[in-house]
Amino acid sequence: MADDLHFKTLTELQSLLSSGDMSSVELTQALINRKEAVDPQVQAFNSLNTEGALAEAEAADQRRAAGEIKGPLDGIPIGLKDVISVKDRPLTCSSKMLEDFVSPYDATSTAKLKHAGAVLFGRLNMDEFAMGSSTENSAFKTTFNPWDLERVAGGSSGGSAAAVSAGSVPVSLGSDTGGSIRQPASFCGVVGMKPTYGRVSRFGLVAYASSLDQIGPFGRSVKDVASVLQAIAGHDPKDSTSIEQDVPDYSAAVASSKGPWKLGVPKEYFGEGLDPEVKESVQKAIDWYADQGCEIQEVSMPNMNLAVATYYIIATAEASSNLARFDGVRYTHRSKEIENAIDLYFKSRAEGFGDEVKLRIILGTYVLSSGYYDAYYLRAQKVRTLIRQDFMKAYEQVDALLTPTSPFVSFKAGEKNEDPLAMYLSDIYTISANLAGIPGLSLPCGLNSEGLPIGLQILGKPFGEADLLAIGNAYEEAHDHSNQHPKL
Amino acid sequence: MSDKGSIDIDYVANLARIELTDEERERFSSQLGGILEYFDQLNQVDVSGVEPMAHAFQVENVLRDDAAVEGFDPETAVKHAAAKRNNMVQVPKVVEG
Repeated sequence: MADDLHFKTLTELQSLLSSGDMSSVELTQALINRKEAVDPQVQAFNSLNTEGALAEAEAADQRRAAGEIKGPLDGIPIGLKDVISVKDRPLTCSSKMLEDFVSPYDATSTAKLKHAGAVLFGRLNMDEFAMGSSTENSAFKTTFNPWDLERVAGGSSGGSAAAVSAGSVPVSLGSDTGGSIRQPASFCGVVGMKPTYGRVSRFGLVAYASSLDQIGPFGRSVKDVASVLQAIAGHDPKDSTSIEQDVPDYSAAVASSKGPWKLGVPKEYFGEGLDPEVKESVQKAIDWYADQGCEIQEVSMPNMNLAVATYYIIATAEASSNLARFDGVRYTHRSKEIENAIDLYFKSRAEGFGDEVKLRIILGTYVLSSGYYDAYYLRAQKVRTLIRQDFMKAYEQVDALLTPTSPFVSFKAGEKNEDPLAMYLSDIYTISANLAGIPGLSLPCGLNSEGLPIGLQILGKPFGEADLLAIGNAYEEAHDHSNQHPKL
Repeated sequence: MSDKGSIDIDYVANLARIELTDEERERFSSQLGGILEYFDQLNQVDVSGVEPMAHAFQVENVLRDDAAVEGFDPETAVKHAAAKRNNMVQVPKVVEG
């Protein structure tokens, strides 16, 4: 059985655990073996504490034997992006700055997963401090796409997407600041969701851009993503931006809600720069919804083309402030070449940060600096309002929007990393959702002629995750895309 | 954005407390020039009368009870400092004299 466990969905694994056909220890060991077999090529993991994972699995098996199951995630291995704290485990953010750091506390998402009985299965590679769209900015290694090992997994949560795609773990957590869950999910042919800003606590998530960051799940099916979201969603007194609003039963919503829905197609997402095969595939998905009786309406998002510029002003401004804490003093890398206290900052940060992080801190410092604040930062905040208004206007007419997740499929490693702007533009369809604070789901909608996955993005109303999941699930159940796996 | 497409890299890197090599200075300047030029499109938008937005869902006055909660013990708090003494973080001398 162990050989065919690795592409099973969470739902399938849950029923094998409940029936007693498989123990959590057997599952965890099978995934450790899978990870050892495929990860030398994929390079999704920064670390995996096999002893710790097996001990947690053993504890889950004992709970099950005693009839004390904690919930649907009990005994299920889950991978965590290496930016989410787990007490007494490494937390590197794929940066030399935190190479030796061990978290002194749990993130709220981690605590909730522990409470649900999940087996914490390894730390997943990412672009350094979540800055990037290909996971090539990791200080340690590039994560490759399981569908084509010469191509990137996407980013910044590339490890979280690739580990699920490669069969090393059934579900994982990532973080999404401008598309960092949805774009790699699209590139790797898995399902990924960015929840509404404030739906999931950010406590214990290392901050990149605090007004945009959100933790979210990856999985092999929409239902799996719903299960994980259920476990981590909700208000947290430790995150003052998390919202006090009841968490619906996502799995029940997915099971009961079958539409038809009113769906909007924003014409600006189908213009110049969109790969023809991606366009065709997404259009087919839209046609399928129409065939099911959904009302499809063209809508306009006139400020969508401003989103990338707006994002890179706001995100880098927030990053320049957030990353000031990595100063060489209290818990980070400290340079050995220092002569005085000022040197300590300059040299520790020069040695600890990689190129993209330095570039973004400098850019963010510039847009906030005296004389430029109004022209860049304040103006970007105003355009952010306009972008949000575009969405709210569209949602007066429709329940959700259908778009491509990325304008193209996964690109070759090295293809874009000399030109930051070209890399930034790969997030053009995902980035607005973070600026507006709305939820977004990416799910597979086919393969292109080279056999590479294409992602359909569904964008929803604030706190409309249940609708998004139901809309995505309807499509998924009628198609076979989520059952297609890379040949590793 | 009067001097669009240019950035005084030494001034800004100094504010950001990052030492740059000559090669980085040159490469970042050129990359930032391209990015700032791209940002210029925001100047084409009429934002008069538009309120700036800092957060998607503005939450104000989030308070908690003024009650003591347990924190880290000193050993944990300074555990990762590169230099420490008597449970305190050690840094090079800051004030002369």
